[in-house]
Amino acid sequence: MQLRTQEYVLNMGPVHPSTHGVFRMRVTLDGEVVVDLEPVFGYLHRGVEKLAEERAWGGIIPLTDRLDYVSSMSNNFAYVTAVEKLAGITVPERAEYIRVIMAELQRIAAHFVSVGSFLNDCGAYFTPFLYMYRERETIVDLFDMVCGQRLLYNYMRIGGVSQDLPDEFLPALRKTIPHLKQRFDEHDRLLKENEILIARTRGVGILPRETAISIGASGPTLRGSGVAWDIRKKDPYSIYDRFEFDIPVGEQGDSYDRYRVRMEEMRQSARIIEQAMEQIPPRGEIMADVPRVLHIPPGEVYSRIEAPTGELGFHLVSDGSIAPYRCHIRAPSLMNLTALRDMVRGWKIQDLIVIFGSIAITMGEVDR
Amino acid sequence: MANPWVHWAVFTVIGIAFVLVMVIAAIYIERRGIAYFAARVGPNRTGPFGIFQAIADAIKVLFKEMITPAQSDKLVYWLAPAVVFAPVIMAYAVIPFQNGAVLADLNIGLLFVIAISTLSTLGVFMAGWSSGNKYSMLGAMRMVAAVVSYEIPVVLAMAGVALLAGSLSLNDIVLAQQRVPFILLQPLGFLVLFLGGCAEINRSPFDLMEADSELTAGFHTEYSGMKFAMFYLGEYGEAVLMSTIIATLFLGGWQGPVLPPWLWLLVKIVLVFFTMVWTRATLPRVRIDQLMALAWKFMFPLALINLLLSGIEVLAWPQVLPLYLIPVNLAALVILVLLWSKLYRVGGGRVEV
Amino acid sequence: MLKFERYGIGIAKGMAVTLRNLFRHRVTTQYPEERLVVSRRIRGNQLIWKEDKCTGCATCAKTCPQGAIRVVTAPDEENNYTVINFEVDSGYCIACGLCVEACPYTALFLAYQYELARYRRRELVLDRDELALIEVTPSAYARPELEATLPRQDLLINRKE
Repeated sequence: MQLRTQEYVLNMGPVHPSTHGVFRMRVTLDGEVVVDLEPVFGYLHRGVEKLAEERAWGGIIPLTDRLDYVSSMSNNFAYVTAVEKLAGITVPERAEYIRVIMAELQRIAAHFVSVGSFLNDCGAYFTPFLYMYRERETIVDLFDMVCGQRLLYNYMRIGGVSQDLPDEFLPALRKTIPHLKQRFDEHDRLLKENEILIARTRGVGILPRETAISIGASGPTLRGSGVAWDIRKKDPYSIYDRFEFDIPVGEQGDSYDRYRVRMEEMRQSARIIEQAMEQIPPRGEIMADVPRVLHIPPGEVYSRIEAPTGELGFHLVSDGSIAPYRCHIRAPSLMNLTALRDMVRGWKIQDLIVIFGSIAITMGEVDR
Repeated sequence: MANPWVHWAVFTVIGIAFVLVMVIAAIYIERRGIAYFAARVGPNRTGPFGIFQAIADAIKVLFKEMITPAQSDKLVYWLAPAVVFAPVIMAYAVIPFQNGAVLADLNIGLLFVIAISTLSTLGVFMAGWSSGNKYSMLGAMRMVAAVVSYEIPVVLAMAGVALLAGSLSLNDIVLAQQRVPFILLQPLGFLVLFLGGCAEINRSPFDLMEADSELTAGFHTEYSGMKFAMFYLGEYGEAVLMSTIIATLFLGGWQGPVLPPWLWLLVKIVLVFFTMVWTRATLPRVRIDQLMALAWKFMFPLALINLLLSGIEVLAWPQVLPLYLIPVNLAALVILVLLWSKLYRVGGGRVEV
Repeated sequence: MLKFERYGIGIAKGMAVTLRNLFRHRVTTQYPEERLVVSRRIRGNQLIWKEDKCTGCATCAKTCPQGAIRVVTAPDEENNYTVINFEVDSGYCIACGLCVEACPYTALFLAYQYELARYRRRELVLDRDELALIEVTPSAYARPELEATLPRQDLLINRKE
């Protein structure tokens, strides 16, 4: 005679210590095993796409800062490259190099946040999280030096960047990059071969290759599953074709692979920054000749970049006025999130937290 | 001692004062220690160097409203914190502070300690059950499963020490370590007792019972006010108790060259507790089925083999100097840990739904 | 040869790293007693308006993405524009700095401070009299001529280990 058991629904509500941001999951559990998962999001919806229709082309840049608030420079970069493609504006050399340096520094900083939060969810009581934030602080100081803010930069403009680098930026950057490389090694010594971490994350939450491609995943989630797809190599934008770097790729698609892909990407970003520091022209224009009130002839464009979370795309439709007719944002975190239910079924609650942490979404992007 | 009642009264006061002061000190060491490991400064504003932080927290908690959930089982809900905290103080009745300075020199002291410290688990389950909350129930069930699994390796490790010392009385065990502390003679037992002890008292890396990044707060979610403070103090009290037991059984209790004996005991307790804080700051958490697998497949066989080896040593070489047994035991530790890590499979994983 | 893996060496390495960090310099700044020198280009949360340079063109109001600036002008006797009121809602302002970049007469600056707060929300709406009373150093955001007058920023990378 078999005992009759009952499944129950647990609500991991919008306010929860471990879901990154306001995200609600209604989990159907059989004991400790997850049977079904229903994600509910939209708690951070601010109507960014509608607000963009009421602001001039240049005034949308502060709005794009607040999408993936952890990697604000990348969002700016995606938007201004889309507008430049639509309007046919060429960006001067020095501005391109500055943009690449900022984007790669931002990638390192955003990965510090993602990996730190992931390790915090695995249970290491704040220590790796705070180490990573300490290293991120050195990068944020550099951003502060350039544009005056530490989180939401509003730095890139249509046609270039807003202000030139101050004199002490490049010496400070030359000191920061070797320091960061040393700290990458130290973080690897801390947790890369830790038996408990390997037991917790190896083989957990496997995203198979075909599923990853068919749901439109991108970024470290896709590369962890073994697909070597990086927009900087396959569809180069800006001046990325002048730099040499590798794309780290995982093998199985489990949480450990996604974590390792992020750590290796940080090293590759440091490599790109070193090359850019050598090649940057010492003097030059930082902004193309763009009228203050920009009118773009009617047309539409879809342009994408490799943001730290994945492929961030902007679809802009212009009808000749000072504001876009439609601005749609292809949010990478939302696409990566659609695989959560299938990845999690059959695992336990603790694995659910680990898997969710390894996808590393930011709710600002999911809800817009 | 002339009058047994005076003896008992003095030691009761000393015991309770010791526990309360050590718990406050343990909270301070933990908060400052974890902060220093993470490149930040812990509490440093209340009092010089922040030593009154725990007292400030206790006063704050006294002012909070004690909310009782409507669906809870009132009597059990009310009794649970007391059942958790009382055994911690009671177990100090048999810990020796000096040669013969013990509240009650029971000749089954070790058995008493094990029996009493297991009673706290009952209190935890009472708390989880009576809260009427799914999170609390999950936390309480995990706790009971973990404690029951880890009792066996812990008891076997302690039994190994009792074999070497030839007695269950804690005072005799300390006296038997006059030449060599037992940590050198039984490193495997020390490892099992340290890890098993951490698991029994819910410390990292085994703190999934109150994993605050997963289950909000586990079995004490619904508690507020002074009842929550008793759980909190009980958790640190058990940590100090486990440190005291390890210090007494393996590090030589109150023995030491220059300082007074009770100071040596304090130093050893702080040392063991600091190691627990260090592991908490570094290691991630294990999953519940990995926790059980570790207890049954890794620690239980190792503890049994440890007991077997101690028995062989005591019977076969009773006249050999203890110093010669040290390399034998260290070699056994290294070989066994390597061998078991080769053979040990975690198991668990995805279940078909 | 038997290959041993996962016998606790990873844990030991991790604990060695933590122990090394125990003896490193702490990163916390004890706030009210020690303050860090902020960036020269900090976008502080208050606007500084130079009345003598402003001509009432309202380019700043048109550029502001939030609509936080309100400029009221009227023609005077010689048919020149005079500014009757210049109002900034500091609570609505997101300190993006687009107005500072847009002003053609360099009449606007962002403040060099971050510690400005008020108790009531309506006190955050500053009109021309209150803006004239503010005595805060302007920051060098989009004003390169001010950069040499402000002190160097405190960088974490320059602090000793």
